[in-house]
Amino acid sequence: MSEVPRRSWLLAVGPFIGLALVIALFAVMSGAPERYLSANNLRVVLAQTVIVALGAIGMTLIIVGGGIDLSVGSTIALTSVIAALGIRSGGAPAMACLWAVLTGGLVGLLNALAITRLKVVPFIATLGMLGVARGVAKWLADQQTVNMAPTWVNDLAVTFPNPEWLIFAPGVWISVVLALLMAVVLRNTVFGRRVFALGSNEAAARACGIATDRLKLVIYSLAGLFFGLAGVMQMSRLRQGDPTVAIGTELDVIASVVIGGGSLSGGEGGILGSMIGALTMAFLRNGSQQMGWPNYVQEILIGVIIVMAVALDRFRHARQEA
Amino acid sequence: MSGAVLRLTGIAKRFGPTVALDGASLEVGPGEVHALIGENGAGKSTLLACLAGLLKPERGAMELGGESYAPAFPGDARARGIALIHQELSLFPHLTVAENIFVGAEPSRRGLFDRAAARRKTREVLAEFGHPEIDPDERVSHLPLPARQVVEICRAIAARARVVLMDEPTSSLQRPDVERLFAVIRRLAGSGVAVIYISHFLEETREIAQTYTVLRDGRTVGGGPLATTTNDELIAQMVGRTVDALFPAREPAASTETLLEVRGLLAPPVVKGASFEIRRGEILGVFGLMGSGRTETVRALFGLDPAESGTVRVRGREGPVRGGTPAQRLGQGLGYLSEDRKGEGLALPLSVADNMTLTRLSACARAGLLDRARQRERTQTWVSALGVKARTPDQPVRTLSGGNQQKVALGRLFHQDADVLLLDEPTRGIDIGSKAQIYEAVAAAAARGKGVLMVSSYLPELLGLCDRLAVMSRGRLSPARPVSEWSPSSVMEAAIGA
Repeated sequence: MSEVPRRSWLLAVGPFIGLALVIALFAVMSGAPERYLSANNLRVVLAQTVIVALGAIGMTLIIVGGGIDLSVGSTIALTSVIAALGIRSGGAPAMACLWAVLTGGLVGLLNALAITRLKVVPFIATLGMLGVARGVAKWLADQQTVNMAPTWVNDLAVTFPNPEWLIFAPGVWISVVLALLMAVVLRNTVFGRRVFALGSNEAAARACGIATDRLKLVIYSLAGLFFGLAGVMQMSRLRQGDPTVAIGTELDVIASVVIGGGSLSGGEGGILGSMIGALTMAFLRNGSQQMGWPNYVQEILIGVIIVMAVALDRFRHARQEA
Repeated sequence: MSGAVLRLTGIAKRFGPTVALDGASLEVGPGEVHALIGENGAGKSTLLACLAGLLKPERGAMELGGESYAPAFPGDARARGIALIHQELSLFPHLTVAENIFVGAEPSRRGLFDRAAARRKTREVLAEFGHPEIDPDERVSHLPLPARQVVEICRAIAARARVVLMDEPTSSLQRPDVERLFAVIRRLAGSGVAVIYISHFLEETREIAQTYTVLRDGRTVGGGPLATTTNDELIAQMVGRTVDALFPAREPAASTETLLEVRGLLAPPVVKGASFEIRRGEILGVFGLMGSGRTETVRALFGLDPAESGTVRVRGREGPVRGGTPAQRLGQGLGYLSEDRKGEGLALPLSVADNMTLTRLSACARAGLLDRARQRERTQTWVSALGVKARTPDQPVRTLSGGNQQKVALGRLFHQDADVLLLDEPTRGIDIGSKAQIYEAVAAAAARGKGVLMVSSYLPELLGLCDRLAVMSRGRLSPARPVSEWSPSSVMEAAIGA
């Protein structure tokens, strides 16, 4: 079951401790723990997490495989516009969502083609896509938000779901199911183990007969599908397609993976950890809002926490190797 | 041999301006262990890389089992039954032992990685190789180095290859592991597998191989059965000339002035005590086996690694070794040549001129502004003196051959005009012609009144070039004695610390 046996248990539970600390800290500081820890607030936080969490599932694949994707925010904006345009044109909402998800996959495929065929490093290839996808989103949306009649899609990421017995928004359940599925894929399939091999030592992976270029095409495209789904959730929350939305979301997504134990040099990371990372970010933002802190405090806090999480990880690794 | 399983004829491969292979040929029969012999840079590893599908030869023909063989990528080679065990470990540090052994050929059921099967087969292979104590579930980054190599060899065994290529498989193994490896190689050969074996140790090669091919400058220059060929004949084929002609004649140093004196250098965990002095015009050799602390001593002295105690006296001024920085040592007139040319010695993307003048840019600058013409001119002086083969001083160092890169790295110390040259493995991994030029340049520097500390694991060059020699063993440096008082066997005895 364990994907990295014999690792010190501290490495594995580190992200959980971090999350627990954040929750406990805000519960005490807010002076009203019963409100901060209430079921309603939990619903708010989870509904807010959906977009970043879906993005983090895809990003975990990419980062474990030794890559990076900076175009997530733009992809989310583009796919939210696609979904909104599809619904406004009178097509079935499900078809519109499907198109949005597939567009995400296409963006990922293009990223991977730039990386494997044009030999551009992932950082630059996806930095380019950050601009291209955002531009295409504005072009398709004619530089304005895309409004459309309400459909069931708008209920995907609401705080209070209908019917009530769902307890959490459908988007939350979708994320949970997909996260579990991808955790199994990453841990227990040949594909998943090859992603780890690729990120651990690319030259050796090639020497072992793994078609590394093709593997990268699959990784980035699959991750793109998740970014497309995140775009659908984004549209659902805003109830419109917005080409200027989700600027900088890629950083939240990358931070979630890193806080969850992912290594930017590849070969390390896991879906479960990344989900904990996404929750940590969401609780932080939510807690800061409840405290009435201005936005800039959140930003500073989150920046510091990302650096501390990685520094702590380095430190633990150094101790382990010694 | 008519029933050759593998036949290579006229293989050629170049990297930019560097010719790596130029007419390499080789033939191996089933069940044969074939030694591939040659100096560093002769093209042995390149030839194996072509066989393993990592590189594509430009010319020449490869035949495997009587059929034409041209692997498009490494997966092809693996599918056709060729397995490579690389000299640089090609393991996945984040994966487990079992995952490492089966990467690329994972046991699976409908896409699901069959961990239990991988574990079971790994145990079988490890037991077969005599290492049942290695846990298939251990992360490879947690294994000691020799165990990692065992894992790598087990990968080829598990692949049940027809031809196994071994590139220096014993370089990080202890003798009992070498014995085990040889037993496995014999068993592999007994079952009809052909093995191509590269090793620097001739005696070891004789122990395991029946036939051989010698490569020199990318070309096959000899081959045949090993049993009827003497070591001298092999070396003559490898080097293309007798070894004696390599070293320049040297006058004994006239001065008795001490340039550098080091006392009681202690740099845990490796260096447990080193004292020596270097006189003007002298070359002091330091020999040591891998892990003896030879490199660590120089690094601690130069301020690259922390030292605990000890004193250093340069130009009559004494100070503690501890707390020294490379900048400070450079200021005292020490120059350092790293053993890791690519990682630490050179800035590969930068030009020859930038690399050579880096430690003393002030010599080519006025009021903080770099005078490019002067930089080029200074570089040209040392390029000619050292015989660096470069088109222009503006050429990136990356595009030079290993030998020429090393000459640039050494030229930096000459431009710096260091009084004391600390040279760590100055001739590692370079061709024989460049070696001779470097020996000449070092001897000339000594004749100019420099002091040289030459650290090496290649004994013949120390005995051929140095005035005095000290031996490092388990972190302790022996007293230095004139080279004439040492013999190869007395040096080895001191190195092993018997």
